[in-house]
Amino acid sequence: MKNNKLKRNAMPYLYIAPTVILMAGLLITPIVQVIRYSFYDNAFVKKNPLPVGWLNYQKVLTDPVFWQSVRETIFFVIVSIVGHIVMALIFAHLLNTTMFKQRTKTVARIIYILPWIFTATVISVMWKLFFQPAGVMNYLLGFVGLATKNTEWFSNKDIALYVVTYINLWSGYPFYMISVLAGLQGISPDLYESAAIDGATSFKSFRFITLPQLKPILLSLVMLDFVWTLKTFAIVWTLTAGGPMHATEIISLYIYRTAFMENHFSLASAAAVFLLIVCGIVAVFYTRQQFKIQED
Amino acid sequence: MVRRQNKLSKVLLSIVMILFAIYAAFPIVWMLICSFKQNDYIFAWPPKIIDESFGLRTYVRVLTDPVKLRFFLNSYIVSAAVVVLTLIIGIMAAYAFSRFDFPLKKAVNSIIVSVQAIPQICLLIPYMGIIVALQLFNTYWALILTYLVMTLPYCILMMTGYFNTLSKELDDSVRIDGGSRFRALWGVLVPISTPALVSVGLYTFMTAWNEYLFALVLTQTTNMRTIPIGINLLITEHNYDWSMMMSMSVLGSLPILILFLFFQKYFISGMSSGAIKG
Repeated sequence: MKNNKLKRNAMPYLYIAPTVILMAGLLITPIVQVIRYSFYDNAFVKKNPLPVGWLNYQKVLTDPVFWQSVRETIFFVIVSIVGHIVMALIFAHLLNTTMFKQRTKTVARIIYILPWIFTATVISVMWKLFFQPAGVMNYLLGFVGLATKNTEWFSNKDIALYVVTYINLWSGYPFYMISVLAGLQGISPDLYESAAIDGATSFKSFRFITLPQLKPILLSLVMLDFVWTLKTFAIVWTLTAGGPMHATEIISLYIYRTAFMENHFSLASAAAVFLLIVCGIVAVFYTRQQFKIQED
Repeated sequence: MVRRQNKLSKVLLSIVMILFAIYAAFPIVWMLICSFKQNDYIFAWPPKIIDESFGLRTYVRVLTDPVKLRFFLNSYIVSAAVVVLTLIIGIMAAYAFSRFDFPLKKAVNSIIVSVQAIPQICLLIPYMGIIVALQLFNTYWALILTYLVMTLPYCILMMTGYFNTLSKELDDSVRIDGGSRFRALWGVLVPISTPALVSVGLYTFMTAWNEYLFALVLTQTTNMRTIPIGINLLITEHNYDWSMMMSMSVLGSLPILILFLFFQKYFISGMSSGAIKG
């Protein structure tokens, strides 16, 4: 009898055991390790690294390239979030109008989702082709006098970050579009009908019905996008490798270069902990928001 | 008057719709076009849509090169293994979260939700050490285990949500007939969860197929490299072989594109329920 009860109590743990072991070994352990490394001198490469206190943090926080990277990251993240949400709202409304046949909308939806399915290297290759000096972009912009056959996009430090951000907008918006579309379809049509009877313009019904109804979804999306954009690595790395002159070196690339190009694993760990804290704070809010939605 | 206004707005909206479609698809279509051209013709000025070099020659070059074929094989092996393992392990955990109450449930659940926010770059430095210590560096297992950890949280959350919508009487009916919980899960719950399993499977496959950073760091020799790295190796070569890059990219994107077109509904439902992309 007692044995049976023990068995019943142990059962759920058996079911989650593989997950817990994997996550403990390959997620939690590295987090603890990276924090530890950040307090040691030359961790990872040296056999017996010495503890150095906050020295690595001091070095990172006084590195002008780090602060340049932070500024670029802030620009990249904010423009990406605003762009993704605005694009999502516009595209989703377009896919939700009653003006087109369902067939038309289905085809449009397939086309609009396309950028989402490609891997970062493919996105990078296709946009490099597009933005080559002798490429299509310069040819088309040539008609309006904005570019010539010699215009460089990725090797110009004044505009490289804008180009990279633009490509990130293109490759990311479909996810937000689909989420907003799902949200729009969840709004009761009655709300719009009664507003129409009251004589509300379409702008007014957007402002006073659509936006408030979408608010929880938009809030989740902003937080998700914040974390995802902070995490972005592959697209930027394969497009520019952070150059020219660190002009597109967002924080994840800064960490990668410091660690794997220059072998300063301890400094990179300190920068990684910095990023971890920022993401951790957002994760707490996001988790709370998710539980709130689940409970509603 | 109202009718004319409606017609006008329909025309305007149609134009916007087409412009957006061009915005979304143009670079993709251009990549496809260039994949059929020979390298010397790709940057013709003014650009030509079809030229005399148009043909399948580059595709033949990719598909007869054993090194490049190996990239594809590796990607298929790793992605398929990750899908199978994620589903098995994730389904078990989701079953526990859906059907049992246990003391650490909420804590483990919060960890699973929040780990999705961890930037991979933060884990990478110690991770490399762990993989080397496990003697898995430059093996399929290094990638399979890594992607498992990345895809499990989404799988568990989705499947827990789905199992919660299924009545507990389903399990009870199996157990009254003398079946075990194990049978209730795999014999009854899993078969009727196909829609959710397809969504999760698609997402998992796509994550594994597309992953770049860990594949870059955890593998070293060309016989272990996956497609994203294989394409990137072409970028870093001195003489850009653009036509080769384009046809490799098209071939490398084809599996996901086909899955997307066939399972559109599942793909979209997976996205709109808070899918997490690497």
